[in-house]
Amino acid sequence: MANTKRLAVLLAVTSIVVGACGSNNPTPSPTATSATSAPAATSAPAATSAPAATPAPTAASADTYPRNETLYTTGTMWGPPSDASYNPLDPNPEMGTVGLVYETLFLYDPIADKFTPWLADSATWTDATTFTIKTRSGVTWSDGQPFTAKDVAFTIGLAKIKAVGSNIWTYVTDATATDDSTVVVKFNNPTYQQWAQWTYNSPILPEHIWASKANEDILKDKNPNGVGTGPYMYKTAAQDRMVYVKNDNWWGIAAGHPVAPKYIVDIVNGANNVALGLLMQGGIDLSNNFLPGVATLVDKGYVKTYYPKAPYMLSANTAWLATNDVKKPMDDAAFRKAIAWSINVPDVVNKVYGNIVAAANPTGLLPTWDKYIDKAQVDSLGFKYDPAKAASILDGAGYKKGGDGFYTNKDGSAIKLTVVVPTGWSDWEAARDVIIASLKAVGINAEAKIADTNTRTAALQKGDFDLAVVNDVQLGNTPWTYYDFMFRQPLQDPAAKNRNYGSYSNADAWALVQQLDKTPVDDVAGMQAITSKLQKISLTDMPIIPLWYNGAWSQVSPGGWTGFPADGGQQVYPVTWNGYWQMSAIQMLTQIKPVTP
Amino acid sequence: MGRYFGRKLLIYALTFFVAASIDWMIPRFMPGDPVQSLLSRSHVTPEALPALQAYYENLFGLDKTILTQYANFWVALLHGDLGRSVYLSGTPVTNVIMGALPYTLALLVPAILLSWWAGNKFGAIAARRKVLDNGFLPIGYILTAMPYMWLAIIVAWVFGSVLGILPISGGYSFAMEPSLTLAFFGSLASHWIMPFMSLFLVMFGGWAIGMRNVIIYELDADYSRYLGSLGAPSGLIRRYAYRNALLPQVTGLALQLGVIIAGALVTEIVFGYPGIGKLLLAAVQNQDYFLLQGIFLFIIVGVLIANFLVDIAYVYVDPRTRVGMRGGAA
Repeated sequence: MANTKRLAVLLAVTSIVVGACGSNNPTPSPTATSATSAPAATSAPAATSAPAATPAPTAASADTYPRNETLYTTGTMWGPPSDASYNPLDPNPEMGTVGLVYETLFLYDPIADKFTPWLADSATWTDATTFTIKTRSGVTWSDGQPFTAKDVAFTIGLAKIKAVGSNIWTYVTDATATDDSTVVVKFNNPTYQQWAQWTYNSPILPEHIWASKANEDILKDKNPNGVGTGPYMYKTAAQDRMVYVKNDNWWGIAAGHPVAPKYIVDIVNGANNVALGLLMQGGIDLSNNFLPGVATLVDKGYVKTYYPKAPYMLSANTAWLATNDVKKPMDDAAFRKAIAWSINVPDVVNKVYGNIVAAANPTGLLPTWDKYIDKAQVDSLGFKYDPAKAASILDGAGYKKGGDGFYTNKDGSAIKLTVVVPTGWSDWEAARDVIIASLKAVGINAEAKIADTNTRTAALQKGDFDLAVVNDVQLGNTPWTYYDFMFRQPLQDPAAKNRNYGSYSNADAWALVQQLDKTPVDDVAGMQAITSKLQKISLTDMPIIPLWYNGAWSQVSPGGWTGFPADGGQQVYPVTWNGYWQMSAIQMLTQIKPVTP
Repeated sequence: MGRYFGRKLLIYALTFFVAASIDWMIPRFMPGDPVQSLLSRSHVTPEALPALQAYYENLFGLDKTILTQYANFWVALLHGDLGRSVYLSGTPVTNVIMGALPYTLALLVPAILLSWWAGNKFGAIAARRKVLDNGFLPIGYILTAMPYMWLAIIVAWVFGSVLGILPISGGYSFAMEPSLTLAFFGSLASHWIMPFMSLFLVMFGGWAIGMRNVIIYELDADYSRYLGSLGAPSGLIRRYAYRNALLPQVTGLALQLGVIIAGALVTEIVFGYPGIGKLLLAAVQNQDYFLLQGIFLFIIVGVLIANFLVDIAYVYVDPRTRVGMRGGAA
């Protein structure tokens, strides 16, 4: 199927080449236009009315998607989807593989902080080490086979394969389907927080298809046309777009919440001008790209965002300054604190981002985790932008200024810090410049270190950096991920380091992180007690310096569909990125309506 | 003839070897680990990380010594295998490039050939008509001095945004699936015309200016004046002058190919046209060194083949080369 499509494109493209080359009319310049003007003219009228350059009548014979049944999205894909992986076990599958095609046991709603049973009907801890899942009845795989508890048990078992890249079998001891709708999962010393993450992040796979694939090569399968339980099925993919089509047998239709768009066309990210142009023309309904200066367009009413005013976007992750906590002078908590007080975050928010991000809470905890923030403690221990205070911290800690006006190490050697962000991340580069200017204003000499993404990641892993902007912890159900990142012990092998880049060591904090992991997710008071202690450590010791909340970039063009999530309306993340569909973004598709039905 | 092409082929083979080797070296000796960057995009738990890392290093052949990797590269290359794309989860690079290649060729080949042909004709005509020449000269200079991408943005703005008559992005309508229908071909063409136009215009200006200048020179040359003094009709003189003026333009084409391809790449990015240029951007954005390496290799091969074709063409358009070759063979 895919090959025939490719052939068709190839044929068509070649014929244009041949056509253009063949028609060598005597007059030079009109030649080019005459070769193409005829077909262009037929599609021209439609281009003004809709992005879909083809009017319905002429489209009768071609395979087209009607405007009122198609949702156009962009912001997830950076390469040709026709060659990408649709394998739900792949670390980076195509957008929608998990969430649209394959589904998870639960959805997690990061705004209401609530789990919604999805493929599970319910799930409870029947005792401290037993998790009993009741599966939803009446669910079928897209090939018609019934979905049962056996599929769930099989999927959990699949995580034993190393290539799947899961760690659940370090705490799960057994998963058995006791009947067609019950799975009993046994734990050894359960890590409730991690397991809760698993229930809404890991797609359930059909045993009847994957049982024969289960081996170390399981990732090599690109798996287009995957058989899932989800509301959509893979339809086609090309160089610059991919298409999902509605699964008419999806269980959600019978459950009373059908998805509205029949087709979802996801367009590969291009240059900013392309995304912006398509959005303005109504050629894209939902753009999850970072578009600098989009606030102006929102204020003028061209596009819509979740909030009509600043910060416009919901928050997706915290951008913080990773400090190399084992290198002079960042090994001194007082010095790190001085850095925290000196950075002009308001300038980053206003000038760099044009108010589409918000300044981070001093704890760095995302708004989703607001109830875990110990506000009284933040008031007494927190920091804000105050250069005078930063200087007084440095003076108080015994740092002296050298002849050049910059502070020196206590042994008198010069301090010159480097700040690294990945090259080409223009917003971060601008933020870096603000950080450097802030540090210099206080008297801490600093300069930019230019490095591409890979170089910068390698530098972080090897500890070959002073200061770096990092945002590795994404939105999720538990602040445990955030603290696991901050306090991870023992320090990982540099080649595989993906947490605690600053090599901060604090045994007490790590014990608390593990204790947090083993706290049941419904024990909010217990979690608050532990996170409050962790916040105290992070605020007094400053292993990292939280700066701002990066946005869950989302821009809506009002032409094609209405009813997108908005503050005051339906409250879910209007984001199509991997990981967000199961964080309730799928519910957005049940709420939107075509403008012209 | 054989010796001429033999020597040319040897030079091309050497160029290819050196270029491909450099192409192979750059990603390997750059700091940073592509596998790590692949994995850092996903939330892999620390416990599972080493296993996944080993899996991908094996998949990309990075677990061998550097010399073995180099040897494997040449063996694979001779089998048409350019390695695997890191970003696209290990898809063979050859497949990825083949998917994008038709679009780039569809832009480049007609744009190069038509602009060269039309530019030369127009330049020759302009050289002889004062009014046309005065009007065209500044326009031609402006066109040829414009960066491809800049003109592309202007074209996209005028026809895509202001007039709204042409689509600004994609290879064909996002509402369509490829099919052998008129509507699909129309969509393909309407998406093709703007990137083609912006490439065509810049090159057209360059060739026309070049031809105009050479024609004026040739018409002043001794042989033209001699022909004129013999009473030859001006049409005949112009035909001779045109043929002579064409030679530097053929050489110019060979020299310009690299620049033109670079221009086509940025043009594709401006229009979101799904060719090699867009792919190159994606490869850079994703730090996909293997894809990048594969694309460069394709460009190297493309430029070398095109240059070779120009070499062959030169033999046909310049009788002196043929005479020289015969003399050399005798």
